[in-house]
Amino acid sequence: MAVSLKVNGAIRSVPAEPDTPLLYVLRNDLELNAAKFGCGAAQCGACTVLVNGQPVRSCVTPIDSLDGAEITTLEGLGTIDKPHALQRAFIGEQAAQCGYCINGMIMSAKALLDAKPHPSEDEVREALAGNFCRCGTHNRIIRAVLHAANEMGRT
Amino acid sequence: MNASLSRRDFAKGLGGIVLAFSLAPALAQPPKPLPGSLATNKMLDAWIRINADGTATVFTGKVELGQGILTALAQIAAEELDLPLSRVAMISGDTGRTPNEGVTSGSQSIEYSGTALRLAAAEVRAMLLDLAAVKLETGVGQLRAADGVVSAPTGKSIAYAELAAAVDLHREATASVKPKPAGAHRIVGLPVERFDIPGKVTGKVAYVQDLRLPGMVHGRVVRPPRYGSTLASLDDGKVRAMAGVLAVVRDGSFLGVIAEREEQAVKARVALAEAAQWTVGPELPDPARIFEHLKGLPAKVEVIGVKQSPVDANAKVIEAAYTKPYMAHASIGPSAAVAELKDGKLTVWTHSQGVFPLRAEIVKAMKMQSADVRCIHQEGSGCYGHNGADDVGLDAALLARAVPGKPVRLQWMRDDEFAWEPYGPAMAMQARASLNGEGRIVDWNYELWSNTHSTRPQSTTGANVLAAWYLAEPQPMGPPTSPPQPAGGGDRNAIPLYDFPSQRVVHHFVQDMPIRVSALRTLGAYANVFALESFMDELAAAAGADPVAFRLAHLKDPRGRAVIEKAAQLAGWTQSQKGDGTRGRGMGFAKYKNLACYVAVVADVEVDRVSGRVSVRRAFAAADAGLVINPDGLTNQLEGGIIQSTSWTLHEEVKFDRQGILSRDWSNYPILTMPEVPKVEVALINRPDERALGSGEASQGPMVAAIANAFANATGRRIRDLPFHPERVKAALS
Repeated sequence: MAVSLKVNGAIRSVPAEPDTPLLYVLRNDLELNAAKFGCGAAQCGACTVLVNGQPVRSCVTPIDSLDGAEITTLEGLGTIDKPHALQRAFIGEQAAQCGYCINGMIMSAKALLDAKPHPSEDEVREALAGNFCRCGTHNRIIRAVLHAANEMGRT
Repeated sequence: MNASLSRRDFAKGLGGIVLAFSLAPALAQPPKPLPGSLATNKMLDAWIRINADGTATVFTGKVELGQGILTALAQIAAEELDLPLSRVAMISGDTGRTPNEGVTSGSQSIEYSGTALRLAAAEVRAMLLDLAAVKLETGVGQLRAADGVVSAPTGKSIAYAELAAAVDLHREATASVKPKPAGAHRIVGLPVERFDIPGKVTGKVAYVQDLRLPGMVHGRVVRPPRYGSTLASLDDGKVRAMAGVLAVVRDGSFLGVIAEREEQAVKARVALAEAAQWTVGPELPDPARIFEHLKGLPAKVEVIGVKQSPVDANAKVIEAAYTKPYMAHASIGPSAAVAELKDGKLTVWTHSQGVFPLRAEIVKAMKMQSADVRCIHQEGSGCYGHNGADDVGLDAALLARAVPGKPVRLQWMRDDEFAWEPYGPAMAMQARASLNGEGRIVDWNYELWSNTHSTRPQSTTGANVLAAWYLAEPQPMGPPTSPPQPAGGGDRNAIPLYDFPSQRVVHHFVQDMPIRVSALRTLGAYANVFALESFMDELAAAAGADPVAFRLAHLKDPRGRAVIEKAAQLAGWTQSQKGDGTRGRGMGFAKYKNLACYVAVVADVEVDRVSGRVSVRRAFAAADAGLVINPDGLTNQLEGGIIQSTSWTLHEEVKFDRQGILSRDWSNYPILTMPEVPKVEVALINRPDERALGSGEASQGPMVAAIANAFANATGRRIRDLPFHPERVKAALS
């Protein structure tokens, strides 16, 4: 069984059953590490990716529901050499301790900034309410998102 | 004898003679152990190697847990080596390559590994300079080293790269070369960016969960309904026939499955759980009576911190009792490991906090030789103490044994982690104090009841990894142990830092563990500081004193006083400020372990009297961690501790009933969410001439007390049982 997916702009065929959660395909077939397994139940947000620009929990999203969809992962935003403004801001604010939640934080923030380029601090907090962080890095994450919004607004 | 002269002579080949002289006085006295982890790992090249390209490879037994330790240790080594940070590479936590520094825990890495690296690097630099002196034909005192190049006043210079081959670091460290004074630091003390963050925000391989080895397959385990259950029967025919399934692995009551693809392993786990029949273990205690239950279990009683002085018979006696529930580490990413058995050699990639202790447990459980087992650290999701990291390492190794030559990646599912991790123990605390007519505490009595706070690998004589207890030849855990005072375990921070003329502290070290427990960040300090600092406010209220002034009146330690005053100043504390029924502020203070970082926190809370919801709006903290290595890293740790403590305090409690653990996902173990997070301000008091003090666990205790005291300040009611969930708040306010 093979299923076709469009990930970070490229069409990829993966040898997986149609009901396979997107997360496993991203990580194991497409070798994209950013989305993380956290709960497998859409509770914690570590596995967040964008599907047609909307934040989606890849741990509960079967691949056969993604026909024709544009899937964007953290790797699709930028690289170490050419980071996205959000990635740059997270580095600048040193907004990670263990960093396991950071993929979800950045992807949820990306969806927020796409919809609302100049969010208030409270709007950032609300947009990230479903993304859990256990190290207590929240305030740095909020600062990084606001910083990125400013920077993106200038260009 | 001039130390630099002796080193130069050594380099000229007169070492034997000089060595004899320099050792002579030392021989007259018993040998002093080397400082830090040099005491247990003496060879210089175990710590530092200078490579042919002039870079340095630095080895540490401590591991990255998301606390930024590798960056801080690299700063220390680079500083003393006079190398730019970019030319220092860190190798950490590998039983095949690095020093054995036990477990990365207890906020001790800077103190132990940092001290070893500072001294070893200073000594290596001195050796490089000695060698350069010979090559440049100059006195060593005239040489300057910077950025990996040694220069003489003559203008001649030589790079470390050219000296690397000639310098023999395979010798014991002497710790005789004095590290740089703080005033000369150029890298230590800078808020340098952590090495690991760019990879983490761009999806590079950063975690053990991300390892992808050639031919790798995927495992999952099936755990019983509750502790102590045995596998009665297994009908696994259907599971073996499932797509992709390579093996069902059973050893006694340890059960797992291996499949080609991860989602196949996940499906097979569900089917395997249905195929297993268990004889269930003993019921759990009644959660409604857990503290009475724990107090009734056999305990070792230890009396500590005793001070005696006559107590005024007219003094006013005040008493209070406090509790703290079982709390989970609740890592965002469930524990994971990759294991491979190849040609009789087992390799385990693990996020364990101690690769050497884990290896010892695997060797015991699997009856292998140490030389045939290698454990290599690779970061995982933050652990905050002893979570499932070690257990999943043995689980993966047991699975890998069934498919030799194939690396097996195993990540626990969410409920494996929640239901089987060893929790931070439930604790009960009782305090009684006497106030004299002047409102001073003249007598202090404090008792606590707690299980051990460490069942880590190698903490007992028995086996200390989960699966070992369930194998066909099970290996039980040995009797529990507790670290002695002054650091303590359950009794960590149980002895007040305040100066009371008369005091007595009793640690009831409860031996039986009806619920699996181990080290959670701070060990007993979170609960003890909660009780102790809540009680200080209760006494201040009874004495009609301002909480800050009351603390200062009972505290001589100048560094303790300084953080209390600083936090009060930062928060704009006003004397005896009253809450208005919904809003209030409170202070908490501790010197972590009574040995490490000093922290005082002021918290502002808001209480919704209708819903019972407590919100922590702001926290102001002051900390003194001695010499600051990386101010931003230190601040990050303190902020993180404050927020984590807010989550513990407002929400966290492992739920169970007689049949087993009920907290199996985030819906029945809620944690603090982004909208609830307080704003945090941290002020550091840098003391460059003082020893660097551990700080990773220093702010949690002060924060819980600050919240509890702020709640009491706001409402006039006191909550003495954690967590402050809405039902409890409503009951307190009714």
